[in-house]
Amino acid sequence: MQLQNEQYEFSGKTRTISLALIAVGVICVAVGFLTGDTERTWANLLLNNYYMVLIAFAGVMYCAIQYVAQAGWGTNILRVPQAFMSVVPLAAILLTVVLAVGLGTHQLYHHWADPALSNPESPSYDPLIAGKTSYMNVPLFMLRVVGFMAIWGFFAWKLRQFSLKEDFEGGLRYFKKGIVYSAIFCAIFNFTFPLFAFDVIMSLEPHWFSTMFGWYNLAALWVSGLAAIGLVVTSLKEKGYFTAVNENHIHDIGKFVFAFSIFWAYIFVAQMLLIWYANIPEEVTWFYKRWTETYKFWFWFSFVLNFFAPFMLFMTRDSKRKLKTVKYVCLLVIVAHWFDLYMMVMPGMMGTGRKFGYLELGTFLGYAGLFTFMALTALSKAPLYAKNHPYMEESLHHHI
Amino acid sequence: MNKYAVALYDDEDVLKSGIKQLQSAGVKIHDVYTPYPVHGLENLVGVRRSRLDIAAFCFGCLGVSCAFLMMWYMITYDWPMDIGGKPNFPVISFIPICFEMTVLFASYGMGLTFFIVNRNIPGTTPRIMDERATDDRFVLAVPLTASDDQEAVNALLRDSGAVEVKQKEAAY
Repeated sequence: MQLQNEQYEFSGKTRTISLALIAVGVICVAVGFLTGDTERTWANLLLNNYYMVLIAFAGVMYCAIQYVAQAGWGTNILRVPQAFMSVVPLAAILLTVVLAVGLGTHQLYHHWADPALSNPESPSYDPLIAGKTSYMNVPLFMLRVVGFMAIWGFFAWKLRQFSLKEDFEGGLRYFKKGIVYSAIFCAIFNFTFPLFAFDVIMSLEPHWFSTMFGWYNLAALWVSGLAAIGLVVTSLKEKGYFTAVNENHIHDIGKFVFAFSIFWAYIFVAQMLLIWYANIPEEVTWFYKRWTETYKFWFWFSFVLNFFAPFMLFMTRDSKRKLKTVKYVCLLVIVAHWFDLYMMVMPGMMGTGRKFGYLELGTFLGYAGLFTFMALTALSKAPLYAKNHPYMEESLHHHI
Repeated sequence: MNKYAVALYDDEDVLKSGIKQLQSAGVKIHDVYTPYPVHGLENLVGVRRSRLDIAAFCFGCLGVSCAFLMMWYMITYDWPMDIGGKPNFPVISFIPICFEMTVLFASYGMGLTFFIVNRNIPGTTPRIMDERATDDRFVLAVPLTASDDQEAVNALLRDSGAVEVKQKEAAY
């Protein structure tokens, strides 16, 4: 099979819709602030911004893993995760702004960031929080979050640059460099991401702790990122792009999503089962909150949507090879992981005052539009295939 | 007893082009036996896709039901047990055992199904056209009926690149 030169053009309906979604998001957030629903708005901003950061870095991790494993099958879709990489700066800056302003206005993390909690003189003194201040304090928190994202972002920038340079210069030089950078990135990212998840999400409920929580978030990052890649590839293929992608590549993406939705469920159950079984008061609080009347349905709904739905829909070989099925299951997994994050963020921020309405939907749509706009703009700026990648030939002949 | 014309090839590429040549000559191929999996051979010969995965699914379902019933019978129905103050019907703690039993039943069931279907169970005759198919020869079998001209089939097989052609009578 001969490789055609393809160039994605980001225009027309897709562009209009993504811009409209951004507008919807901005309006919803503005309405949320103006009507005085500030805590709920901050919770939604944090949730969706965190989700955007997850998917952007999932693109980096996908590329890094393809390089380190020297995987050949997915070389012709490599530009999609590379487009996700270019969302990294914006996503990281937005998250930093949300965290900084949220901390400054005492809307986010006030369960540990409030200085009165660690002041023995104060009536609200909390010895447990006071004991954690050497790690959980505002300057160190911001330093960690920003520092981690900056380090990961450096690798994202480098890996994309290597691939774009390879297009012009060819040869093995950039591929070999890419392997070295990817290996370093994998080692750094996979050990620092759990800390990042502890900081950004777990510290919403600072009395609770679980060493599994970081891996749980990493599993969510990876499966939702793969689903996003699958969604972009299948949608573009439906529009006539990606002529070099055939059902074997679609099958592999399907297998990836299938496998890692099971992996996510495995981590989820591993965390829940041990805490439920041991029944230690300081550990069960997190699940206790999520098993109250307010959240019980949503907790199990999220589990069913994230595990049983892709498990059943993707079980047969044929369903993973059909473009339409893969597209809709990927979309389902993306929505499902929003619910997963909803269950992580909302009980800590909103308590029993859980709400689900225009603000939740609007903010999600806004961020989805922003991500789509940024990623597809980046995709349209480079050729659709990394034509000088040494494994391109292998990818074109991929057959399973 | 069925009669077969058996052709032996010494190279997978010769085998593949030979199959194409035989098919265009209208020869019906019974099956091909190779020392290692040859990519794309199933599609070429037109072998139906293995249904072993369906068997695995059924055994998995059986496994999960057995595990669930067993634990329900032991912990909830026969002698309600209080373990660490947990309820008598602790579905969450059933999960790991259900998972393990699913894997156990699916893997053993799949292995057994594979052996039965391939006649590798003691007491059955294994399908061996030529023993060298486990070593260095690619073996192709063509069914022969009484009306077939054996010499013509042999000539076609030799023509397609076979290094050796012979007849075999088999119970399968």
